[in-house]
Amino acid sequence: MIPKKFDYYSPSSLQEAIRLLRQNGEAKVLAGGQSLLPLMKLRLAAPTALVDISRLAGLSYIRDEVDYLAIGALVTHDAVEHDGTVKDRFALINDAVARIGDQQVRNLGTIGGSVCHGDPAADLPTALLVAEARYVLEGEGGKRIVPAREFFVDIFTTAVGHDEILTELQIPHLPPGSGSAYTKHSLRESDFAIANVGTVVTVEGDGKTCKEARIGFGSAGPTPLRAASAEQYLRGRPLDEATIAEAAERATEGANPPSDVHGSREYRLKMIKVLTQRSLGLALSRAGLTGSAAEL
Amino acid sequence: MSGKNVRAKADGLTEVSMKINGRAYRGEVEPRTLLVYFLRDELNLTGTHVGCDTGHCGACTVVMDGKAVKSCMVLAVRAKGAEILTVEGLAHDDRLHPVQVAFTENHGLQCGFCTPGLLLSTLTLLQRNPHPTEEEIRRGIEGNLCRCTGYVNVVRSIRAAADSMAKQEVRGRS
Repeated sequence: MIPKKFDYYSPSSLQEAIRLLRQNGEAKVLAGGQSLLPLMKLRLAAPTALVDISRLAGLSYIRDEVDYLAIGALVTHDAVEHDGTVKDRFALINDAVARIGDQQVRNLGTIGGSVCHGDPAADLPTALLVAEARYVLEGEGGKRIVPAREFFVDIFTTAVGHDEILTELQIPHLPPGSGSAYTKHSLRESDFAIANVGTVVTVEGDGKTCKEARIGFGSAGPTPLRAASAEQYLRGRPLDEATIAEAAERATEGANPPSDVHGSREYRLKMIKVLTQRSLGLALSRAGLTGSAAEL
Repeated sequence: MSGKNVRAKADGLTEVSMKINGRAYRGEVEPRTLLVYFLRDELNLTGTHVGCDTGHCGACTVVMDGKAVKSCMVLAVRAKGAEILTVEGLAHDDRLHPVQVAFTENHGLQCGFCTPGLLLSTLTLLQRNPHPTEEEIRRGIEGNLCRCTGYVNVVRSIRAAADSMAKQEVRGRS
């Protein structure tokens, strides 16, 4: 299968890339190409020009800043997965990138490309929503920062303007006493999620009370969502088995998953509950909590 | 890296050069030409197979700058200046690579269609992790589908390849 014809540009600076996007209304940004090229081969996408930013220097870093982790948009999933800081301090991000596609896809696919693609069944959007990441966009007029809740607008649609390029993700450090996890249900390992859930739990100094909980899920609507009701329920409650089970029940309030060939609406709702329970259990064990709740 | 400031018109041809199996190659491609078709149709390196052609099956896997990639999801223009290893580059002077020997001796293939991709995924897996567990092996070949053997003998072959490459390493050092 062969894509439709397109003009190809490989600019040498970010400014040049932005200028090319301004000049070509139908152009698309090419990074790792692991989502865009298959779509173009299937002719589901037919941009008239590609602006290949994969060789731009200076967008492939992972830097621990004072209160957040900065990840350049061109860092590959494989590089994120093997980064020590991500593994130690942002377990849910590590979980998510490790579940993307397969080794070959992770070798070329970039975190910036994956999130800009805006697939509601993808792994990173849910994890980054729960991590409350900030998205740094650059355009002709300079930089702007989009908060996690505003980045995903609709199915395959993000806050990135046509002549803007995502350059960095900023992931705030988790509060002390926190654990995090990302869990996914798919039939084959390299498939997109039928349901996915990310969680961050912060435990009080007493080692058993929930100080703050964040729960988010994906593949259940046009964009990933936060489970506000379940989050609120957990706050201030003891983190025991019954509480976790009740939070999982409440996790699907506000969820409106579609029925499709991958799973019915009912099945997805059930899977979100199951994954919420598992993800909270894993996050709690990572926060240092042991006992029945952490072993769910 | 070369390849900066490339501007290629949709209807035109652009020159690409890359090192494949240690040899310099040069050719002209349309912007939309995928690496796998450059290898097969322009250079006649047909050991790299086209299976699904949509990025799922991994039959087109080659090693690009040290990493396994699916050559049906890489533009040839993007590979300009890269170092590529295909299945044709594994054996030396009619001596099979230890990974090839292991697949042969352990029945790691039946029809052989997925084999070039599996061999190259195995090679990069073992370069990074010389003594993988079974779980690590299975994760390493997630992106390579085989419709004949069901992976049991493939996993066995990769284990055997790891052992023989480790022995070779020891011999090389002494």
